[in-house]
Amino acid sequence: MKTLVGLVNVFALLSILAVGGGTAVLPQMKHETVVMHHWVTADQFADIYSLGQLSPGPNMNMVAIIGYKVAGPAGAILVLIAFYLPSCTLVFAVSKAWEHFEGSPWRDAVQRGMAPITIGLMLSGVYAIGRTATFNLDHSMRHNSITVAISLLVTLILLRRHINPALLILAGGAVGWFALRMV
Amino acid sequence: MVQAEESIAIPGRQTAPQVRVGLAELFSVFLYIGATSFGGGVIAYLREHLVERKGWLDEDHFLAALEIGETVPGLISTNVAVIVGSRLRGVRGALVAVSGVILPGAIAVFLLGLLYARFKGDPEVDATLAGIGAAAVGLIFAVTLQIGRRELKRWQDFLILVPVFALVGVIHISLVPVLVVFVPIAVQLNRPNQEELATYHARQAEYHAQLAQHHENVAAQHSAGDKA
Repeated sequence: MKTLVGLVNVFALLSILAVGGGTAVLPQMKHETVVMHHWVTADQFADIYSLGQLSPGPNMNMVAIIGYKVAGPAGAILVLIAFYLPSCTLVFAVSKAWEHFEGSPWRDAVQRGMAPITIGLMLSGVYAIGRTATFNLDHSMRHNSITVAISLLVTLILLRRHINPALLILAGGAVGWFALRMV
Repeated sequence: MVQAEESIAIPGRQTAPQVRVGLAELFSVFLYIGATSFGGGVIAYLREHLVERKGWLDEDHFLAALEIGETVPGLISTNVAVIVGSRLRGVRGALVAVSGVILPGAIAVFLLGLLYARFKGDPEVDATLAGIGAAAVGLIFAVTLQIGRRELKRWQDFLILVPVFALVGVIHISLVPVLVVFVPIAVQLNRPNQEELATYHARQAEYHAQLAQHHENVAAQHSAGDKA
């Protein structure tokens, strides 16, 4: 019971802190679930995040796995509700008020002001996952050079070509299977 | 006779949607989007289905929804689902749209999680997952760079971006104090100038004058009708 309350508290707070999307709360989610509550290890967190990228829909559904691991099916469902309901309620309320401020210079100011915060937080999310999945001090140099190459190649391709990212994720898996088995 | 249809252009008041969408259809379309949008680009799928295929809302309304979805906390895809769902069918529409877009992925990720628990430790599975993880980092990095290229227009933006990244990403300060401090500063740095505010207030005043005039006209027509 105490664990369920803990799960709901952590993910409900993350929900309303997710300024600019799920990537923005990755550092704090990792910190809460790995360091504070020991629900998963850093490696498991990165693996679970990868599984989330493999599945369709919003890219943070993987929170369900953390809930399941901690408290079974009830944990999975509660975490999903805790993670989505607060921000959905908030956006519902804001979207009603938003139209009222159409054309207001202050609304533009809020939007312009939020942009660098959002991008700073997204970079933090990239860094939080990257430290485990791309450049991990616990892994060998050979392992790291391969994962760094995969990450950078995917970034470069996506910046230059219009291609379904899911294909590149699968390609990353294939390269990993081929090149990382023996490392 | 009262001319009820007489409409004045009200700035900022969006007209009610013309289409009447059933809850079941709403759910099935969002369910389809939730089940097919692999690779994280849910927004592109939402646009394709809602604007192009179904025509439930036009490009401008979609962009407006996206604008709110990006500014308010929460995932952009679920935020847009809430806005579009509620626009079409109120609270129930919002609930139906969000559950539709989340459910397939949640079930898929749940099954993947079970497989993961079963096969974790197998060197081939671990190697494949390591490759997928590295590719996933490449993906979110590319998305971040693309949004950055689009949104960062002034060098002052980096006065906010760099400390936010350092505090949250590197030193792991909790998001709450960081947002409490940086959101007001960022908005203040982008505050509208006097001219913009003056134009806006003038436009608002004009609109209210028009509205008052409109009410007067209606009232006049009413009393004229009573006398007749």
